[in-house]
Amino acid sequence: MGKQKLSSKGVQNSGCTKATLWWFYLVAACIKVLLFPSYRSTDFEVHRNWLAVTHSLPLSQWYFDETSPWTLDYPPFFAHFEHFLSMFAHLIDPKIVHLQEGLNYSANTVVYFQRGTVILSDLCLLYGVYRLTRNLDSRKQKLIWLSAIWSPMLFIVDHVHFQYNGFLIGILLISLSYLEEGRDLLGGFFFAVLLCLKHLFAVAAPVYFVYLLRHYCRGGIGRGFTRLLIMGGMVAAVFAAAFGPFFHLGQIQQVIQRLFPFGRGLCHAYWAPNFWVFYIMSDKGLAFILRRLGFNVQTPTATFTAGLVGDSSPFSVLPQVTPLVTFMMVLLALSPCLLKAWKDPKPQMISRWVAYAYTCGFLFGWHVHEKASLHFVIPLAIVAVQTLEDAKHYFLLSIVSCYSLFPLLFEAQEYPIKVLLLLLHSILMWSGFSAQFPDGAETARAPTGHHTEKKVDQRKSNGGFVIGWIERMYLIGLVIVEIWGQFLHPLLLGDKLAFAPLMLISIYCALGIMYSWIWQLTFIAKSP
Amino acid sequence: MKGKGTSDTVSVVDGDGNQCCWWWWLVHKGTTTTFLIVGLFALLVRAAVSLHPYSGFANPPKFGDYEAQRHWMEITINLPIQEWYRNSTSNDLSYWGLDYPPLTAYQSFIHGLFLRFVHPESVSLFTSRGHESYLGKLLMRWTVLSSDLLILFPAVLYFVIVRYGQPSRSRKSDIGWHIAMLLLNPCLILIDHGHFQYNCISLGFTIGAVAGVLSGKDLVACVLYCLALNHKQMSAYFAPAFFSHLLGKCLRRKHPLLEVSKLGFYVLGTFAALWWPYLYSKDSILEVLSRLAPFERGIFEDYVANFWCASSIIIKWKRLFTPESLRLLSLIATVITCLPSMIQQIKSPSNRGFLYGMLNCSFAFYLFSFQVHEKSILLPLLPASLLAMEEPFIFKWFMQFAMLSMFPLICRDGLVVPYFALLALFILIFDAPGQQRVKEGNYLYNYLGATTVRLVLFCYFILHIVYLTVNPPEKYPFLFEAIIMNVCFSQFVLVTLGCNIKQWVLNKPTKLEVDKKFI
Repeated sequence: MGKQKLSSKGVQNSGCTKATLWWFYLVAACIKVLLFPSYRSTDFEVHRNWLAVTHSLPLSQWYFDETSPWTLDYPPFFAHFEHFLSMFAHLIDPKIVHLQEGLNYSANTVVYFQRGTVILSDLCLLYGVYRLTRNLDSRKQKLIWLSAIWSPMLFIVDHVHFQYNGFLIGILLISLSYLEEGRDLLGGFFFAVLLCLKHLFAVAAPVYFVYLLRHYCRGGIGRGFTRLLIMGGMVAAVFAAAFGPFFHLGQIQQVIQRLFPFGRGLCHAYWAPNFWVFYIMSDKGLAFILRRLGFNVQTPTATFTAGLVGDSSPFSVLPQVTPLVTFMMVLLALSPCLLKAWKDPKPQMISRWVAYAYTCGFLFGWHVHEKASLHFVIPLAIVAVQTLEDAKHYFLLSIVSCYSLFPLLFEAQEYPIKVLLLLLHSILMWSGFSAQFPDGAETARAPTGHHTEKKVDQRKSNGGFVIGWIERMYLIGLVIVEIWGQFLHPLLLGDKLAFAPLMLISIYCALGIMYSWIWQLTFIAKSP
Repeated sequence: MKGKGTSDTVSVVDGDGNQCCWWWWLVHKGTTTTFLIVGLFALLVRAAVSLHPYSGFANPPKFGDYEAQRHWMEITINLPIQEWYRNSTSNDLSYWGLDYPPLTAYQSFIHGLFLRFVHPESVSLFTSRGHESYLGKLLMRWTVLSSDLLILFPAVLYFVIVRYGQPSRSRKSDIGWHIAMLLLNPCLILIDHGHFQYNCISLGFTIGAVAGVLSGKDLVACVLYCLALNHKQMSAYFAPAFFSHLLGKCLRRKHPLLEVSKLGFYVLGTFAALWWPYLYSKDSILEVLSRLAPFERGIFEDYVANFWCASSIIIKWKRLFTPESLRLLSLIATVITCLPSMIQQIKSPSNRGFLYGMLNCSFAFYLFSFQVHEKSILLPLLPASLLAMEEPFIFKWFMQFAMLSMFPLICRDGLVVPYFALLALFILIFDAPGQQRVKEGNYLYNYLGATTVRLVLFCYFILHIVYLTVNPPEKYPFLFEAIIMNVCFSQFVLVTLGCNIKQWVLNKPTKLEVDKKFI
């Protein structure tokens, strides 16, 4: 009888899955619309300028225009995307796409239009999430939707700060969903498209390469080689479609220069919480100790954020870091994952591997933005419901990475919003995970098959979704860091050491992200 | 996937015992956690709405309600308490003079202290008139947010706990839904956090009083209701309901006279405590009272979806009658329309009947009393939202037209975007998937018929678009306002007629036990 009910429910579910997904999207959209007048960063003007550039100029000048300091530095497909949007912008208010008059335009029309396009482009994320979760049971689906579609990080970065990450990550998820289904060619195609939209996603390219080589191009030398050719041809075609016109115009060097501005420094103005924070801090610490010991240590003139100015190193003691070093470190960190993908390319693991690749890129990369943590947090949300360990890890990671975005919204007006977003997310995740992994009835490590249901039901003291004491202390520390930075520091120290609260956030969050990296690494290494 | 198999079995077990639990991730921890989650979401919505402009933004010389509230803070923290309601050189009552009871003044005083601590320029005497700044707006918005959080939210929690007690598993998601309906009332959010007022305080006290009545703590209810009444005199819309219900209850007890005098003692005590600074002379009491009763104003202002405004298209009340006779007329009309539900409650007081009585009495005031604002629709909306579980269709229908009745005001305030976002959010959450609520034949729905309902809804959306895009003919500049108000008036009359009948039909004397079981 129970089974009958279940099956009828199942039929119902497949019918209303889409409706439910739409419901999640629309509720989020309402909040996003309410956030229209909130603070917007210079990225807003950047994207407006790109609308103007792509609308008013021919393709041949897209990458040469310097009317605004915010020049086009995304790959061609993104420029085409902006061009597509600019057609509607022109209908709504021609001033938006005017190259000179539109500079720093901030009327309601442009704000509503641009913010509206972000909300609509999130449909891409919706589709990606739908493709990845449509065969899961409805409880897991809802948990994933909760964390991915209502991700507080996307709210902060896309809908307040202003960017199109939801759209781009949506394409990544579509690609992953095809790979998980075993339709490698389409998966590769969408990843190639993604690279031509935003090249920062290229960090996962080695994983894709190894995986596709071993999974798609298998089955003997002849068949493998043909498939390699097919895949290679397809990727080449996508890149040709994107970069071909510029190659034809002889502008490829200019495009490359715009895309890879290595003139920027190791760190962004606000240090992303990654490995280099520790490197810089230990350099400072060593210099301090050495000076105390009587050594003559010169204070460096260059800064970490300003790039490689001349030959002077920004470090006092430790060796200089160059883009090549960071590149090698990312590859090194990736290698265990590549090895696994080479040995046994399993479609179920690809989301984890790609997320891991983005984690490595985030930790060891050159000039990383704190926003890049989105690239691995959202894909990890998809796998977070698989095991209890995953859930615990994701719970911590999503909170830490969301918190690390707090400095993006530095104005007082958005303070309650970012805090409420994070609190809501954490309590929803906590409530959802503890419902998914009820206490005592579930143990992640219980080998399946050996136990019957009743045996699993036997109470085990630490079975449910309980956060360990180290994690708990860490999260409490997060609250303390926030209280210190927001209230105690200005009260006690005033304007002295104004950079300290931000630095503290960087260091503290870097600890959390490092933990997540190690956790992912061991998970991947241990996986059979 | 190590754990996949086991977690699947768990969900099977759960799914079997709990068919309806679409909302399991939200409600499985119990009422308090559900309340916490919904409450956080409601706060987020409020914080987001508060980014939008307020009434009278950059609109000198009189500005709007925002400036009124700020001005009261300025007056209360700079003048001695006796002079708050007195016209003087330092307190020009013609410029947003204080016209709410003392509790509003005390609230302004406390908020004024906070503003003075953080941003003194925004509340300095004289010089701060028309003060508008980024920080000023932020601080003012935060005072509303904190009032909401400290008064309305606990009151709703109190109400829900009293109303549902320890719910069965299948009721849990219903409770979550009802909490959301109470906390995400789009009209209230728009007026408090968009337009700028502190209705959350008086409405919060009223909800607390209702919870007190439902749990049989009549004395607590009395005190809380007096607080509401002393924050906004408009809370008197509920007075007949409270009075008749409590009187009816007292009459059924052993010593009716003693019970009534006990209640009277608590009421007088609360009033005395709140009015203490003005009790030293008769003049000072009258001074305050005269500020509270705006009889010098007309029978209605702007456009309100009540009887006087709607019928003024045909009968020019303001021209035909003197203000005095209009005052009397409106009083008689209000009392007559209140009477049925009052009599019913005195005859057979019941918890459910009390809520219907509140709805009917407040509607009677809204539709027929003197000097009604469009914002006063919040008062009848409150009992309707408390009844949302019993009357989902009525509640939704009423909410939609209450929103429409405020639409012209919202347009003036530049809050069109949050208006539509909140309306959409309300409908989305009202019709959230995975609910088991049977869409039973509702009398209003049956009366109107499915086709009419759709037709009216279609007109509803058309009216919005027309109001936004089309310029009215020059001869009738307020044509669209008049149409909107008449449409809303007709629907409000339908709602209150239905609820009056329902109150009488539902609550035969024997219903009391049934009620208790239900509640």
